[in-house]
Parts: sequence; structure tokens; C-alpha cells
Amino acid sequence: MKIGVLGLQGAVSEHLSATKRAMDSLGIRGEVRWVSHRDHIDGLDGLILPGGESTTIGRLMATTGLLQEIKDAVEKGLPILGTCAGLILMAKEGDKHVERTKQPLLRVMDIKIIRNAFGRQRESFEVDIPIRGLKGKPFRAVFIRAPAIERLWGGAESLAELEGRTVAAKQGRMLAFCFHPELTEDTRIHEWFLELCKG
Amino acid sequence: MTFAVFLCKALLLKRYFNLDIQLMVMGENKVLVGTERLKRGFASMCKGGVIMDVTSAEQARIAEEAGAVAVMALQAVPADIRKAGGVARMADPAKIREIMDAVSIPVMAKCRIGHFAEAQILEALGVDMIDESEVLTPADQEYHIDKKKFKVPFVCGARDLGEALRRINEGAAMIRTKGEAGTGNIVEAVKHIRLTLRQIDELKSLDRKGLEVKASEYGVPVGLVEEVVRLGRLPVVWFCAGGIATPADAALVMQFGVDGVFVGSGIFKSSDPPKMARAIVEATRHYDDPSALLRASENLPLPMKGVDVRELKPEQLLQARGI
Repeated sequence: MKIGVLGLQGAVSEHLSATKRAMDSLGIRGEVRWVSHRDHIDGLDGLILPGGESTTIGRLMATTGLLQEIKDAVEKGLPILGTCAGLILMAKEGDKHVERTKQPLLRVMDIKIIRNAFGRQRESFEVDIPIRGLKGKPFRAVFIRAPAIERLWGGAESLAELEGRTVAAKQGRMLAFCFHPELTEDTRIHEWFLELCKG
Repeated sequence: MTFAVFLCKALLLKRYFNLDIQLMVMGENKVLVGTERLKRGFASMCKGGVIMDVTSAEQARIAEEAGAVAVMALQAVPADIRKAGGVARMADPAKIREIMDAVSIPVMAKCRIGHFAEAQILEALGVDMIDESEVLTPADQEYHIDKKKFKVPFVCGARDLGEALRRINEGAAMIRTKGEAGTGNIVEAVKHIRLTLRQIDELKSLDRKGLEVKASEYGVPVGLVEEVVRLGRLPVVWFCAGGIATPADAALVMQFGVDGVFVGSGIFKSSDPPKMARAIVEATRHYDDPSALLRASENLPLPMKGVDVRELKPEQLLQARGI
């Protein structure tokens, strides 16, 4: 199995190591690869879009040609997992900040997001929340200047809510989280994604 | 209860109990804020990026559009602070707020070394990270800020491993070099990177006794020194700051192994800031690809003029402040 982590900016190494730990835990033999060039997409079984600054990642995706390359691959069925900024990049609809900064998005998932929905860094928080589809104890969700999902439609279903807002969603083989599973030791979300990639 | 009301209550609770880490209740759930994981996690989100010094809302928008991961809101860039002389203090909070309102990316601001009251003001304002910076005139010659008391993460400068570990031990969530700010000259930052890397390498060859001696020399717990050996690097995100003026400068320090770059005077002291900003963002991402660096370096605006650091008198060196 070959999993890529989009490595243009942000918490890339954290996802590389979380994915390796998830592979070990499932007994999957595979390779986790840093994706920074359009040639790196071919042959992947799944792609992770990490957290970081979504305006920066979006812009670098556009200049490297990765934006179209990833969009085409996802439309042909490449499974993707997005966390925080990665989720913003997956959304079909952004908020006024996305419009103002003309931020390039993949626009592949039937969700509308709001950026920094819970406030600034001072208001960032950790909380245990139950996630539908995830067995066992609630998941320690680490929210850092996190977005929220304002609206879902079409094939997108909510997996978790907090204070009346959707913070995780699934659509086909796409998983999106407003928080950072890669910053915890818990690999259940990465394991779930690897199961989806096995198809 | 709305999220805003919930946060106000949480802040009051913190003041009352003086908790370093807060535990609160959101519906049925226990919520933590201001944890090391949240502070260091924020720094992780900046990796591979460029943090740009700005002095106005207009400059902040230029930085955001060029792909900066964050901006540092200032009254004046270091080159002008250096020229102006006198006591350099925290920027006017109204100026910082204007910049916070203008962009959606994180906004950082500087306070003086040891000036915890300026840091409290910046935290109350809601900046996303505080730079306890030698570029401003130090307020305390003996102590840095006890950064663990804050919910907002801090970045601090360090010229070598000892300085870096002392700052981390005080609660810094991110370390940056103390290249000579406002000179447009990369030589000092390179010196700090090489020295820190060499000292990390030296640690690896030491036994337990040797590590204890080093920890005591650095003035930090031995556990922190052992963590560096285990990770083979600083335990927090490490950026380069001071003297970056071109895309090639950014690529140079990224190849040494820093996680990202701060660019101070280098962008808005160049003749075409949007173009210079975009070129430095590209070079920071593609630091190991010479053909991409070539594209980023061609037909660049004139970089800032710069200063030969050897012409500065010892008392003009900002990096010797707060060690």
C-alpha cells in the first residue's frame, strides 16, 4: 500500500509518522510518501491533506499543478483524509475569507466551511468527543484555530458535532476532520482511513 | 451557552484559580486550553512556511496573498528600529488589531524580553503567538518571561543550544535563530544554525554523566537534554530569523534543516514587496530543487541594501540581548 501526505507546508511529518504507526497496528506493509510534485500522485492508494495554513497550501498547490492533479485523482476515486486546513481545501464552498483571498480549493466534498470558527489560538482547545463509525472510547480532538463545517449536502454525512457544529464528515472514501488526530498517539482515525484505502 | 460566553467564564476561572492549564466543561465534555500540545501544535502548523514582518493592514494583505503562513505585526521593521535608536517597545495594540482585522492568517506580535505585562496585553488582545524579542529593548536583564503562565504560545530567539533549551524550559513553543535583525545579512543566522546543530551532535556522543554536566552548564533539567538526544533535534519547531533578504537566503537555511523562516525587513524594504514575498514563499517550499530556486530568483526586485555585520559595534548587536 502507498499512502501520500501532501507536503507543501504544515504538519507533514506528524501525519507521516501517524500513518506508519497505523500501518504497524493493522499489520499492513506499505510506504508513506511525501508528496510535493505532481508526479508523486501516480500509484498512490490514498492521500492525506495535512493541517497548516490553508491559504499557503492552496496557493502552492496551484503553482505546482498539484491542485488539478489531485482533483482529477479524487474524482477518479483516490481516497483522501483531510485535517483542519486539509478539510478546508476539500470543501466545495468556503467562507468570506476564502472568497476575499481567492484561495484555491480542491472543491471535491459537499460541505461549506467557516474558517477559525472557534476563535484565535488563545481559544484553541482539546476535548474528548464521540465519532460515529469509530469504535471504542471517545477521541481526543485537538482543535487549533479550527474551522467548522457550516453545512453539508449531497453525499456528505456528519460524523461528529460540538456545540451544535459539525466537526467531522465522510463522503464516500473521503474523510474530513476539523481537528488534528496526527497530534495524538491515537491512530484509530488513520487506521480507518487505511481500511478505506484498501477498498 | 454560546462559545463566547463559555470562553469568558473560562478566562475568569483561570484568573481565580491561577491555573496553568485549564480544565472546563463544554456540555458533557471536559475541555483543555493552553496545553503544551496546543502551543507546540500551533507552531507545527507553521512548518515549511514564511512568517513576514508587516507594519500595516495593507502590507498584511500583501503577505497573506503571497502565501505567508503568519504575519508579525510591528510598529516598525527591524531595519528602521535599528536606525531610529532609543527604546523600542511593544507596538500600539490598536495597530496590531488593525492588522488582525485585515487578514485571516495568524498574527504574531513582539514584546520586550522579560516584559510580562506587555505579554499580558498581547494575550488579552488575542494575538496568536508572542515573540519575546531581542529586537525590542530588553526590560529585564536577568529573567525571561515565565511563558508557562500564558495560554498563548511564545517564540524566542536562540544563538545556540543552551539558549534554546533555557527558553524551551521556560515554556517557549517555538525557537528561532537570532540572526542580526535588520541587516539583510544572513551570516549571523548561519552561525547560529551551525553552532546549534554541532552542539546537538556533540550531545549524542555523551554518556549519562556527560549529559548531566551539559544540562547543568546549560541550566536546564537533564530530561530536556536527553529529549534532544532521543529526537536528534530540538524538541520544538525551529525557524530561522534575522538577515533573510532573498529567496536563495531562505533556501540556504532550509537546507541546513530549519523548519521555516521569518523574514523581517527583507520583503517590505525591497523594491517590489509582493514579488519578493511570493519568490521567498516558493523558495522556502522548493528549497531542495535548484531549478525551482532559479525560477524564484530571476528578475527579482532589488533586495534591501543591507549592513556588513563587522561594521557594527558590539553594543549595536541585538543578538547579545537576553541569553
